[in-house]
Amino acid sequence: MNLILFTFIVLLGFTSYYFGRRKAYTIQSTNKRLTALPQFYGYYLAIWCAIPAFIIFSLWAIFEPTIVKLLILSDYSNQGYLDDELNLIYEKTKALSRGQFTGEITPFIEASAEKYLSLRSIAQSSKAVIVLSIIIASVAYAYKKISSNSRTREPVEKFLKAVLFTASLAAILTTVGIVFSLIFQTIDFFKVIPLFDFVFGTHWYPAKAFVRDSSEALDPTMYSDTFGAVPIFAGTFFIAFIAMCVAIPIGLMSGIYLAEYASVKVRQYAKPLIEILAGIPTVVYGFFAALTVGPFLKEIGNSMGLDVSAESALAAGGVMGIMIIPFISSLSDDVITSVPQSLRDGSYAMGATKSETIKKVIFPAALPGIVGSILLGVSRAIGETMIVVMASGLAANLTLNPLESTSTITAQIVVILIGDQAFGDPKTQAAFALGMSLFLVTLCLNIVALRVVKKYREKYE
Amino acid sequence: MNKNKEQLLNKRYKAEKRFRLYGQSAIFMALLFLTIFIFKIFSTGYSAFQKTWLIVPVTFDAELMMLEQNPSKEDLKDADYYDIALKSMADLDPNANEDQENDLKRMVSYFFEREIKRELLNDPSLIGKTKDVYLTASDDLDQVFKGNYPRDLPEDQRRVTDYQLKIFDQLVELGKVESKFNLSFFTYPDSREAELAGIASSFMGSIFSILVCLMIAFPVAVLAAIYLEEFAPKNRFTDFIEVNINNLAAVPSIVFGLLGLGILLAVFQLPRSTPLVGGITLSLMTLPTIIIACRASLKAVPPSIREAALAMGASKMQTTMHHTVPLSMPGTLSGTIIGLAQALGETAPLILIGMVAFVNTIPGSPLDPAASLPVQIYIWAESAERGFVEKVSACIMVLLGFLIIMNLFAQIIRHKFEKKWS
Repeated sequence: MNLILFTFIVLLGFTSYYFGRRKAYTIQSTNKRLTALPQFYGYYLAIWCAIPAFIIFSLWAIFEPTIVKLLILSDYSNQGYLDDELNLIYEKTKALSRGQFTGEITPFIEASAEKYLSLRSIAQSSKAVIVLSIIIASVAYAYKKISSNSRTREPVEKFLKAVLFTASLAAILTTVGIVFSLIFQTIDFFKVIPLFDFVFGTHWYPAKAFVRDSSEALDPTMYSDTFGAVPIFAGTFFIAFIAMCVAIPIGLMSGIYLAEYASVKVRQYAKPLIEILAGIPTVVYGFFAALTVGPFLKEIGNSMGLDVSAESALAAGGVMGIMIIPFISSLSDDVITSVPQSLRDGSYAMGATKSETIKKVIFPAALPGIVGSILLGVSRAIGETMIVVMASGLAANLTLNPLESTSTITAQIVVILIGDQAFGDPKTQAAFALGMSLFLVTLCLNIVALRVVKKYREKYE
Repeated sequence: MNKNKEQLLNKRYKAEKRFRLYGQSAIFMALLFLTIFIFKIFSTGYSAFQKTWLIVPVTFDAELMMLEQNPSKEDLKDADYYDIALKSMADLDPNANEDQENDLKRMVSYFFEREIKRELLNDPSLIGKTKDVYLTASDDLDQVFKGNYPRDLPEDQRRVTDYQLKIFDQLVELGKVESKFNLSFFTYPDSREAELAGIASSFMGSIFSILVCLMIAFPVAVLAAIYLEEFAPKNRFTDFIEVNINNLAAVPSIVFGLLGLGILLAVFQLPRSTPLVGGITLSLMTLPTIIIACRASLKAVPPSIREAALAMGASKMQTTMHHTVPLSMPGTLSGTIIGLAQALGETAPLILIGMVAFVNTIPGSPLDPAASLPVQIYIWAESAERGFVEKVSACIMVLLGFLIIMNLFAQIIRHKFEKKWS
């Protein structure tokens, strides 16, 4: 139904474009000068068709469900139902009208379902009638209005500009969406669990919260010692630290080598090859870490008499480090190549060798940019999910032993939210609270890193 | 004194050489990781493209199948194939007792009935005759035949019994075991049984999500980039938008998953586990990538083009839409493809919106529940069965293949169509 209506409106849009253009030609044929190219007259009419259609469609989408619901539930008013029960009745009605209802069908609900269907069809057909008549009226009005000296290009361009502007708001909307999706659950979570317990508690055991029977009242004391996020935060930074121990030396040295030493040919091949590492999906790294690196480390550890868990922080962190190498190497390569040649020449003229120049002149000059690239790498490491989920354990141990398993913020979010979730459950809310802390930490890192890199760029431009 | 100088110089030269060596070894290490990585994936995965079949003589006994004389096509479809399937497996060893018959049945996949049925439907004249039919071997025997299964384990630690191995070896000797290209890996949906599991369902899920992602992200991103690069006044608000875009590009992907869960599923009540929700979530993630790429390529169009158009009397909008944007398209498109390639490999947000559900049908639209290729990798990697290990690697090979193709495509567009302004 909606699809047919939509196609019809699109067709109407094209027709009005055609009519607008034809009118422009007729005006032209009477030897009057047009104020815009003929197609603008067409666009002008088409916009007069699109805007009312869009407005009516969105009004309908907003108000139709509420009004239908009100009408359906008006049958049940004065019968002493609670709001929740009314909602349930409405859901049942909807399910029955779609033929997906599996429970016991009472005559009441059946009648409501029939009413629902008839209301829906009335709503749909009235929508079609209203949309079509308004569109035709507005296009006809606009058609009459255009004459030889009416302006059509300016409104059309204004409209286009408005569309462009709206599109650019998408980025802001996404950020707002992220904040909103996180903040409400997080606030609810902190109503049950004190912020202090979350930030400083040292026991993380969300499974405990799951045992609760939903009919029981919430008992905050029950959750003490359940949602202490210290082990999670510690694990996150620990694994990120291990990753950076692998990524910084290798990434930085390859960046320096590519920028300063490598011949054109080596650079041409080595750079894209290293960047392949950044293009491999993280789930693949996770599989590699779990299947190959973990057991390999375990074997080595056992042969040296060490007790190594197959899911160790070392395996996850090490593989994550490999993943981050290209970020650091490419960014530091860019940064180093943008250091002005005059600095190098000055250093060589003083008799310094190449490595001395790099260490004493270029590296300090490029340091802000390099720090920025490392911070971006850290932010990546903290936000990385699949490697940790697959290769490092899921139990939150508070440990600094890289051979044991630890867990991270991202891994816990996945563990909690995989499968069905019940909103309103402290466990689910805990995942959102973790997400909020992850978002905030990475946001700070990103802002600082981007600012440092930008400042640095400005310095040499 | 002189000697001292020389020593110092030697020391400095040595330091120079050492430093250079560090650089070389760093590059070498990075490339070594890449090589090990690819080697490991290929060496465990290539065998999944072969599938082991047992060739079993099946007697199409009309009585056992409950068929009347001269059955119609409908009758053949409704006939009972289980008994003849069971009988043909049991006939492999005439002396088998009940337990052993059970073992014999488990040597093939539970699709054996369907495979026999297909044979008869292809050639109804087989009724009453005996024919060799290809049956999918169970995943354990498949692994045994490929040499991935340790046969020397004690019997109670493996899933293949000694009896099954004995019969299997007899069949191998008779040439009744064959390895053929595993087409079903590409045409079957996911399954709990490794020998029947395929990537068709997750593949379609990926395709649908990427299409949804493309249809949303591309237009919005291009329009936004045009506004920001060509029309936006320099003020605080546009600065704010810009900071937002740069930040979004670095937000961890799992946060987008939480957005999908908290807004798309909880507030807008979109259907769970569907490529529609997955695609929308991915599109929000890809948006900044495409905006940044599109802005860069708009910036690369030299101002002289715009000035020429303006000088000919075009309006700002006409200049942009007719000249600047078409010239920037190659860069934008290659950026879009790279963004989509990233989205294709993304796992964590899809897990949060429920695309990890077990789906054993091939989705026909973005509104059907589905997995995606990377999520399939995750699901199989978490399965304990040995047969899934090679499947995971094979699935990774397919995914990497797609990523390579997409990236090559992006390169080609960039090099072939992008104008060089000198």
